[in-house]
Amino acid sequence: MSEYHPSMLRGLLALTNRELKKWVKEPIILLMAIIQPIIWMGLLGKAMNLNAIFSANSLSNLNIPDIKIPEYDIVVPSSLIKQKLLEAFEGIGANIMQNVFGVTDYFSYMSVGMISMIIMFTTMFSGMSMVWDRRLGFLDKVLSTPVPRSAIIFSKVLNATLRSMFQATIILALALVLGLKISPMFSPLNLLGIYAAIFLLSTGLSSLFLALALRSTRHEMQMAIVNLVNMPLMFASNIFFPTSMMPEWLQAIANVNPVSYLTDAIRQLTILPLNISTLVMDFAYLGAFAAALSAIGITLSWRYLTK
Amino acid sequence: MTKNVIEVEGLTKVFNKGFVAVDHVSFSVKEGEIFGFLGPNGAGKTTTMNMLITVLKPTEGRASVLGYDVVRQASMVRKVIGVVPQEYTADEDLTGYENIMLCADLYGIPKDVAKKRALELLELVELTPFKDKRVETYSGGMRRRLELACGLINTPKVLFLDEPTLGLDVQTRAAIWEYIKRLKEEYGMTLFMTTHYLEEADALCDRIAIIDHGKIVAIGSPSELKESLGGDIITISIKEDDDVSELIRSVDNVKEVKKEKGFYRIKAESGEVTAPIIIEVLRKKGYTVTRLSLTEPTLNEVYLEYTGKSMRDTEESREAFVSHRITLRRARSK
Repeated sequence: MSEYHPSMLRGLLALTNRELKKWVKEPIILLMAIIQPIIWMGLLGKAMNLNAIFSANSLSNLNIPDIKIPEYDIVVPSSLIKQKLLEAFEGIGANIMQNVFGVTDYFSYMSVGMISMIIMFTTMFSGMSMVWDRRLGFLDKVLSTPVPRSAIIFSKVLNATLRSMFQATIILALALVLGLKISPMFSPLNLLGIYAAIFLLSTGLSSLFLALALRSTRHEMQMAIVNLVNMPLMFASNIFFPTSMMPEWLQAIANVNPVSYLTDAIRQLTILPLNISTLVMDFAYLGAFAAALSAIGITLSWRYLTK
Repeated sequence: MTKNVIEVEGLTKVFNKGFVAVDHVSFSVKEGEIFGFLGPNGAGKTTTMNMLITVLKPTEGRASVLGYDVVRQASMVRKVIGVVPQEYTADEDLTGYENIMLCADLYGIPKDVAKKRALELLELVELTPFKDKRVETYSGGMRRRLELACGLINTPKVLFLDEPTLGLDVQTRAAIWEYIKRLKEEYGMTLFMTTHYLEEADALCDRIAIIDHGKIVAIGSPSELKESLGGDIITISIKEDDDVSELIRSVDNVKEVKKEKGFYRIKAESGEVTAPIIIEVLRKKGYTVTRLSLTEPTLNEVYLEYTGKSMRDTEESREAFVSHRITLRRARSK
């Protein structure tokens, strides 16, 4: 009877399967989660029409006096100046956008950021299910079985990661419908790269939030943590604006924020011309982040799952 | 010679805030017996059990199950024990069958063996007709039976049950008792259970340890414990106001007399013989006995004797309280 062989893989699959069945049975929750990024995308993404703001139209009511140069008895009429100015500004919006954002429309830029946002939301709440499992006694029950402890935390990580990928797919599809302009260099291989990047960040972030939840018995605490880090992580990144425009101190934060690397990687793979060296850098950073945090997750689960 | 399946020596658990939940507890459980841990909420029953099932680490002392140390050989212990927790841990969104198969996966039982065994167990706990229904739709009794089936999936040598009938109605409780008895009688399984129901301990357990404030205050079979009280309880009232304690005490076999408001509480051996003698003695002195009752000691008396109080609730941690509430709510669902 002790011929049974509790294995990491078997336990991991069984526990992940449990989690997946839960969300398949409650698809509403899954859809609710993507509503927020959709609202950001549809409202902010569309309303912040930077291209239009930096256009000649914005100068239409400029009040320019006639320029008189008495020595030569020349009068340059304001209408001429205005006309010349407007001519000069023609296309300046597209120019600014291209230089600052790398693309000519803000919607394409920020809708890719929304993929990062949904991944942040999904992974941050992964700790909650740990707290509930503890509270409902399920965790103790699983701990009394010979299943490897790391399978317990990894099943949660895997669940959050699969969920992230699924939701990211929906966001990407919706963004395309709403007007995301994909770069002409896009190929199916890029899609693989996108999923790989999402996988890495999701693994890292959910390991982090699960590690924080290992000993927690209060879901209020988890909510508080999520609320605390949510906004800073979102705004101190390149989700909405390029880091190059930020003050130095904020740039310093954004440049260590793994969310920035994911967003950049996805942008390169969808809307920007591919820059291999920065893409490699993005993946290296995300990979290191995922490896380090999942290692921390396993170590802590060995130590702290048993009180 | 029957061997000890569980051996516990000086087991202690001190929680972070310095709260001593279990205080140097020692006992042993023999092969094939049902051993009960009886005590009020917060007495340390579940904490003790959690240390035996390797979910909690003891602060001090040692314990072994089937010879495996619960700390050093925890993974061996986990393979040979089955656990039926106090809470309803089955996943609400899965069916009964899926829940049992999940447990089987956690033990690494080969799929074909697990399938056969899951169906057998569902039959045993009479859940076969409901096996493909989501647990959400189960009543409290059905959930408890499902937990029992999950705890048996690895054909454990020792089964741990934490408050197996908490919050269940009388009929369902009786049904659960039947399953527990069958496990012992038909499969020769050793069972360790905690309960705060006296009648449950009395009906099921071969031996009982009464635990209070983290310490074992008495240990023995239910009849031993009752006998240790030294006999039956006679309560008597007389018409007159005089104190007749001394007079009653002079009767043979009377061990203890307590005068309480309006009646005397007498502890005596062979109560049915002693009671008429007491009446006779009182009558001769001109007293009139107005009321008499004779009770054989129940575990309740035993409990009163050793803990100095009836079952009462003590403070619980917030976590324990919440999980308790959830369990009760689910037990009463439907």
